[in-house]
Amino acid sequence: MGSGTTRLLDAAEIRRSVTRIAHEILERNRGAGGVALVGIANRGDDLARRLAAEIERIEGAQVPVGALDITFYRDDIGMRAEAPEVHETRIGFDINGRTVVLVDDVLFTGRTIRAAMDALVDFGRPTAIQLAVLVDRGHRELPIRADYVGKNVPTRKDEDVRVLLAEMDGEDAVVLEERATASRPSGGGGGGER
Amino acid sequence: MNRHLLSIHDVSAEDIVRILDTAESFREVGTRVIKKVPALRGRTIVNLFYENSTRTRISFELAAKRLSADVINFTTSGTSVSKGESLKDTALTLQAMGADAIVIRHSSSGSPFTLTRWVKGSVLNAGDGTHEHPTQALLDMYTMRERLGKIEGLRVAIIGDVLHSRVARSLSFGLVKMGAEVTLVGPPTLIPPDAPAWGVQVSYDIDGVLPKLDVCYMLRVQRERQRQQYFPSVREYSRLFGLTNARVGMLPEGSLIMHPGPMNRGVEIDSDVADLPQSVIEHQVTNGIAVRMSLLYLLLGGSGTGEVGADG
Repeated sequence: MGSGTTRLLDAAEIRRSVTRIAHEILERNRGAGGVALVGIANRGDDLARRLAAEIERIEGAQVPVGALDITFYRDDIGMRAEAPEVHETRIGFDINGRTVVLVDDVLFTGRTIRAAMDALVDFGRPTAIQLAVLVDRGHRELPIRADYVGKNVPTRKDEDVRVLLAEMDGEDAVVLEERATASRPSGGGGGGER
Repeated sequence: MNRHLLSIHDVSAEDIVRILDTAESFREVGTRVIKKVPALRGRTIVNLFYENSTRTRISFELAAKRLSADVINFTTSGTSVSKGESLKDTALTLQAMGADAIVIRHSSSGSPFTLTRWVKGSVLNAGDGTHEHPTQALLDMYTMRERLGKIEGLRVAIIGDVLHSRVARSLSFGLVKMGAEVTLVGPPTLIPPDAPAWGVQVSYDIDGVLPKLDVCYMLRVQRERQRQQYFPSVREYSRLFGLTNARVGMLPEGSLIMHPGPMNRGVEIDSDVADLPQSVIEHQVTNGIAVRMSLLYLLLGGSGTGEVGADG
């Protein structure tokens, strides 16, 4: 699949995007008080930790960070051959009365975010839920939009957007790939590669 | 993974790791205020219990409910079975009602396998005769891994009425598959003659085994299955093979005491011993729900069509 690969963001651009989103979160919420970050597994939780580190650098305030796995809330369980793989959920703080910023790598159909909101409200009643994504690639199938976007990327549905992060992949990059076999049914997931 | 869970032989070592890893996520769900996820919404799971069982049935029922599946409990007393209906007709009835999975406990070894011939859904063996009880073995392995960090290399003794114990069979097969060292201990009359072929050691001397253990797994003396006198008296059994107050000190520090329940306090295990901190019998029960959720999710969460995963 090497031939049809385009690099959308490099490490420096990802870093600048994270910094800008951290500023926007602080601006929009008038500081870090009452804000919590919840990253959607797999790569959203790494991004959430980076955002928290940026917020601490800028504001000197620590915001709670959690990880959320949305597998059990997916709308396509039973439609794939194998049950989807499950990741860890770790929300070690009370979300009641907080503004929770959901963090994900790629916003696509919106179905992951729908599942994430369902999962989140099982933990309590946040004052507000906001959404931060590194890449918005369009093709929404649900009425969902992001509050904070690293980069808007027009894509075709048969392309894949892959976010690579040093924590998991050894390097920071966002790449656009031609899909070798276009077999994904619509709404397979909100992420680019999940 | 296989569509059914009839025996520990149906799952590979890789599958076992996947089942236990997924169970870990369900353990976390069990700590939430709302201990329920919508993963199996709209699925129907039937508990078909031909033998009395409270803990296994409740555990499966709770597991299915926490996955948002609809659960039907079909017990044999006061139903069509007491009117003489055969297993086949019961199965066909449940099939016609659209059961996605049947959890069966039966006094005849092999009946879950027979059931798979008549139903389209998944069949989970919740104990068949003296054959197997694979979900118990999986929850026991989960508990060992949770407490001791690994399964491979653990020294485990399974002590007591091995002959009549489907738990001992499933657990031995599973542990051997995962690389643990298993020793079966009991009176010669209660150790199956083919046991060495399972890949386990056999000993008749509990006192020689206890000091070398990571896990001391006590079995219930199943008097309801024993058709003859296998040992002279309960008192003598307890003295020779029970985990008594006097004996428990021989276990190394950090080792676990386990029991599949229900316990005969004072027979295979002294009452005080069952309540020691190193006894993880209640954790086994809690973990049982998570492991059964994991199994139901993995067996029912796919389409089972064998098509290539959409984007996994």
